[in-house]
Amino acid sequence: MTTTTTLFSRIFSTDGAFKAVATSVLAFLYAPIIVLVMFSFSDSRSLSWPIKGLTFDWYLKLFQNEDLLEAIGNSFYVASCSTLLTLIIGVPAALALNRYNFFGKSLFRKLVLLPIALPGIITGISMLNLFKVVGFNLSLETVIIGHATALIAIIVTQVFARLERLPKSLDEASADLGASGLQTFLFVTLPNIKTSVIGAGLLSFTLSFDEIPVTFFLTGRDNTLPMYIWSTMRRGITPEINAVGTLILCLSAILIIISVLMLRDKNQ
Amino acid sequence: MSDIIQIQNLSKHFGNIVGVNDVTLDINEGEFVTILGPSGCGKSTLLRMIAGFEQPTQGHIFLDEKDVTNTPANKREVNMVFQDYALFPHLKVGANVGYGLKVNGVNKSDRQQPIIDALNLVGLSDKIDNMPHELSGGQRQRVALARALVRRPKVLLLDEPLSALDANLREQMQVELRHLHKKVGLTFIMVTHDQTEAMVMSQRVVVMKEGQIAQMGTPSDLYDHPANSYVANFIGTTNLFSSTATKTSSNQININYFGQPLQIAANDKILTSGTEQIFGFRPEKAVLVHDHRQATNGLQGKVKEVLYQGLAARILINVGAGEIAIDQMLSETKENARLPSEGDQVTIEIDPHKIMAFEQGHIT
Amino acid sequence: MKIIQRGKLAAGAVLSLPLIWTILFMFVPYAILFVYSFWEKKYPTFEAAFQFGNYFTIFTDPQYFQVLLRTGKIAAFVSFFSALLAYPFAYFLIFKVKTNGTRQLLYMAVIAPLWISYLLRAYTWKTILGTNGILNSFLIWAGITNEPTDIFLYNQFAMILTLTYVFIPFMVMPIYTSLEKIPKNLIEASADLGLNGFMTFIKVTLPLSIPGLVAGFTLTFCLSFGDFIASFLVGGPDGLMIANVISSQFGAALNWPLGSALAIIMLVIVLTIISISDRFERLGEAKL
Repeated sequence: MTTTTTLFSRIFSTDGAFKAVATSVLAFLYAPIIVLVMFSFSDSRSLSWPIKGLTFDWYLKLFQNEDLLEAIGNSFYVASCSTLLTLIIGVPAALALNRYNFFGKSLFRKLVLLPIALPGIITGISMLNLFKVVGFNLSLETVIIGHATALIAIIVTQVFARLERLPKSLDEASADLGASGLQTFLFVTLPNIKTSVIGAGLLSFTLSFDEIPVTFFLTGRDNTLPMYIWSTMRRGITPEINAVGTLILCLSAILIIISVLMLRDKNQ
Repeated sequence: MSDIIQIQNLSKHFGNIVGVNDVTLDINEGEFVTILGPSGCGKSTLLRMIAGFEQPTQGHIFLDEKDVTNTPANKREVNMVFQDYALFPHLKVGANVGYGLKVNGVNKSDRQQPIIDALNLVGLSDKIDNMPHELSGGQRQRVALARALVRRPKVLLLDEPLSALDANLREQMQVELRHLHKKVGLTFIMVTHDQTEAMVMSQRVVVMKEGQIAQMGTPSDLYDHPANSYVANFIGTTNLFSSTATKTSSNQININYFGQPLQIAANDKILTSGTEQIFGFRPEKAVLVHDHRQATNGLQGKVKEVLYQGLAARILINVGAGEIAIDQMLSETKENARLPSEGDQVTIEIDPHKIMAFEQGHIT
Repeated sequence: MKIIQRGKLAAGAVLSLPLIWTILFMFVPYAILFVYSFWEKKYPTFEAAFQFGNYFTIFTDPQYFQVLLRTGKIAAFVSFFSALLAYPFAYFLIFKVKTNGTRQLLYMAVIAPLWISYLLRAYTWKTILGTNGILNSFLIWAGITNEPTDIFLYNQFAMILTLTYVFIPFMVMPIYTSLEKIPKNLIEASADLGLNGFMTFIKVTLPLSIPGLVAGFTLTFCLSFGDFIASFLVGGPDGLMIANVISSQFGAALNWPLGSALAIIMLVIVLTIISISDRFERLGEAKL
């Protein structure tokens, strides 16, 4: 009797149960990623257990795949341009929301932040409609505009949050000491929001690099990397995709580390 | 002495709320003026209008005889020390102090000497390469001072500069700020809600109430001759009561404290028309007499509490429905040193000349 | 007056580009979408009109209405399972993990997958669940089954599993934040008043973390509701989502007006959920 109760309480002792749940959540999140990486080294075409032999062939093949290399180039082009655009638009938008009161402010805020919660497909098709109405040809540039529109919200939320934590008196102190509005922005505001701008920029870059729903509707003949991978996937499963995935994983890991370092800088 | 700042009929409305209401005030060059009042009295708004952070709804501000009402903050030759110091967290102490020079086009090599001079002034030249977060509260305060003084503004504004410091440091900084004021010879305008701070530091105090000036004058003026019951009660303690005044045939003026008669010396503020008005006297102006038959202008009461304060004792006495505070110095003479105990029946004697008459009104 | 004008000038300069961009690329496209939803399909394309036919079709033709219902059902399950896993995980991090460093590391570990390609995360489940996939070959290898089964892939179960996997970080984040905000002394006070751990959770912790739960539900629901990639990879016909129907209207079916009307309905549903949860969160804040 006592043993059963002890056993019972041990299993259901809250700490033990919580540890079990936490472990399984992490396992759930990471097991598929480990599988993805493992099979990129499998020497068999089909992805089946157990792995018989290991090979680097899939990686070598990647570098001979012209279409893939072109898609990677396109993705870098799209992600860089759209990130630049989101910063040019998003930082002033965050500033305006933080500093000024103007007519229609709450509508403006809602509109800017909408794409965070809105399914990408709606941004995609509504912009497709616009480009058709004005007679734009679909191209990587229309994709850039689409990505920028969908991702401004990321920059605005991150930078706005940082601005809110910045005491208003810093601006006043700067003006008081004779600085113009532009000087205050360059010498006081920007250095203090720098890490959030870079962090948000990196996030925006990653999300653009990975974007499908908007790209799907707005791209012309050119493929971005996720679109290329997707079209390959629809044809079938191959370890080559796992190899691309593993490489993207490494890139993401680097970006995560950079952004964590940025956050640490902030905490000082 | 000329007026460095002239404020004429200045008002500031926030929607329907009146922050500052028709304030007129002149400040002399080199003066240390404190604007004193409880929170929400408009003192900070007034200071922020002088700095240029708030645009007045009405009125004018002149700085050194030039109308600066419409001049933006960055074009005004006044500098401010902020309540939270507002040091730029990403800049070293030296760069913080030199910021005003930098944005005004002083090149790097010419900035160094003024920065060192300003830091010397506040005794912090050894911290020039530190970051603000490495400094203590008092040190940050001094950096903020140095930064505001580096360009030798016509007026230095201080917004509750000591409120973020702990009590000991605050007293020390009060003295230091006074010395600094003498040393640099600039005009200082400080805002505070702490009457002791105002009295200790400034040459002139402007007491504000609900957006208006209640009284201005030297600290002793305000203490000895408060213009109204508000000032009398805000600066120091005053036993306030209301009464009507009647003139007797022998030209004596009689009032009463909750039913007990008192005499008051003639004074042009006394309304003998039979309207109720407010009177008051300071706790230290009344004395306890132990033999009530000897009292010439006395009130009878019962001791409620005796609060020992070192140099003096404050005795709270119930007189009728009212409560009177008196301060008894604990000096060397034995008789004075004898304090009453709670519950004792005592007589309080007040010199008729020490009773002050204020505006008409009623106090329950 | 000049200061005010200067302020306005500065505000104008800062605001002009974001404002123009938002109007041009957000407001106008949504307006066009709305207008299109009243147009009419005329083979081979479509023409301007003002009629409610598209909306009528959506609510009467079971083909569309069923998909709407199914999408809602799948999204609801995804939110539910995400919460089921995310809540104890976040609770564990905030209240059970003792060191700050470990807590942040574990939190990062859950958030990090968001930085990894969505497509790849969905794709791994296809490789795992497929008929010739890893799970099947593993089961045969382990001797549990004799031949591969196709029950894992191309159904709603696969959809819910994959979407939960993909969107669970969005559930962890707000719950974690809301639990983090609860003052520790409140829980101590509750214990002090004699409530046991479970009652403290029911009476104190849970109610105070509801805003986080609501935010997590909103995010995971809306994201799943608008998803159209998982369905391509693991859903099959049984896992067809509303977004897939919309994309086919703009593609093969070439019925933009109907697609637009579907998109407007999706927009309205998502916005309604957001505004309800907004109100709910504000209510929670007021309570605190």
